[in-house]
Amino acid sequence: MPVRCPKLSTDLALLRPRSGSWAAAALLVVASAFATGCRQDMHDAPRYDPYEKSPLFANGTSAREPVPGTVARGHLHEDAAFYTGKGADGQWLTTVPAKLKVDEKLLRRGQDRFNIFCSPCHSRVGDGNGMIVRRGYKQAGNFHSDRLRSSQIGYFFDVMTNGFGQMPSYAAQVRAEDRWAIAAYIRVLQFSQHAKLAELPSELRQEAANAAAAEPEPGPHAGAGWGGFGEQQPVAKETHHE
Amino acid sequence: MAQLFSRTANTIAKFSIYGGAVLAGALGWLVISAAPRSSYANGQGVVYKQPVPFSHDHHTAGLGIDCRYCHTSVEEAAFAGIPPIATCMNCHKNIWTNAQLLEPIREAFRTETPVQWRRVNDLPDFVYFNHSIHVAKGVSCFVCHGEVNKMPLLYQQASLQMEWCLDCHRNPEKYVRPRSEIFNWDYQPVGSQLEVGKKLVADYHIQSMTNCSTCHR
Repeated sequence: MPVRCPKLSTDLALLRPRSGSWAAAALLVVASAFATGCRQDMHDAPRYDPYEKSPLFANGTSAREPVPGTVARGHLHEDAAFYTGKGADGQWLTTVPAKLKVDEKLLRRGQDRFNIFCSPCHSRVGDGNGMIVRRGYKQAGNFHSDRLRSSQIGYFFDVMTNGFGQMPSYAAQVRAEDRWAIAAYIRVLQFSQHAKLAELPSELRQEAANAAAAEPEPGPHAGAGWGGFGEQQPVAKETHHE
Repeated sequence: MAQLFSRTANTIAKFSIYGGAVLAGALGWLVISAAPRSSYANGQGVVYKQPVPFSHDHHTAGLGIDCRYCHTSVEEAAFAGIPPIATCMNCHKNIWTNAQLLEPIREAFRTETPVQWRRVNDLPDFVYFNHSIHVAKGVSCFVCHGEVNKMPLLYQQASLQMEWCLDCHRNPEKYVRPRSEIFNWDYQPVGSQLEVGKKLVADYHIQSMTNCSTCHR
């Protein structure tokens, strides 16, 4: 039986240079130019990026929570004191756990993390008047108050870990090592505003003595200023709404 | 038999031959070069509608919050991290608690349902990318993401195309910063960037990584 293919013949006829077909071909080329802009399959491979949405689960996220009670390798937290800030006797630790070496590196790390996570509320000098407080958050703790000067270092760790008052827990944002580094840095901040002249290195002592001699007597509002943290009076409590 | 073509047909024929070549060239340029570089194709500069019109400008330049307060894993992981709603609520349980604009955030917090943000900087899936190594080698957030501190609404600053990646991978000295300045949106190099960059490339042992398998692995 002879094969007849009338469709083919019409298709071929289309390819003959007729006025309309050239325009169609040109359109096709232009269209392909815009088609290159489309995302292709390989751009979005059939796998999940972090936090990509998924229709498989009720809350719409591909990231799954581990089964309650799951302990990741190396995260058993056997060293309870290190993760709670409390010794076996239930008392606050008075020093950074021995696992961490308190050196300049640790203090620099603490400064870095403090400025990222704490300074929004506590301010970079630790007086509790950070930008977020000035925008209406509840007054944050002043590290230069008597209460916090006499607090143990384990207490600071605990507050960072579990929150305190309006302060939320920072355990999810700052790992335990860094929380200890921050606690150590809080001591640096406190010392920076409450050092005795005799505790300074000799060259600084001379400088400080000269500066103190050159400075006029502090006025009645010295406690609210930058230089007033060494005073016993609390830092001004009013918040500044801008 | 009469002439099929008039004399003017000669001009038309010549014009169509040369004109055709020019047209083909223009089309080629459009297809190969211009179209893929257009923001239509690569999403550069496009602002997407988000569940909440979050302003990076306000939270960084305005309030002085460090990038890492929210993007906590940028220094140690491939993914910089999108903050959980709990991070928003650190402040917003106390501030702007009645703002209608923030209702999707509060609702997500109440119902423990994730907010569906529209991803802005999205590399193709066949590209391996790791934030931590770039940060460790002196590539600032602002080099790739642009002046996020001046973006009331976030958009993709770079083309994110391979030629853009290669520009830095070939000549890292044009872009690297001291490690201490990675998150500083006001950073200006002391002296010329090229001189500072060359020194940093040597100090940080930065290699010009242009092997295909560096990124396509």
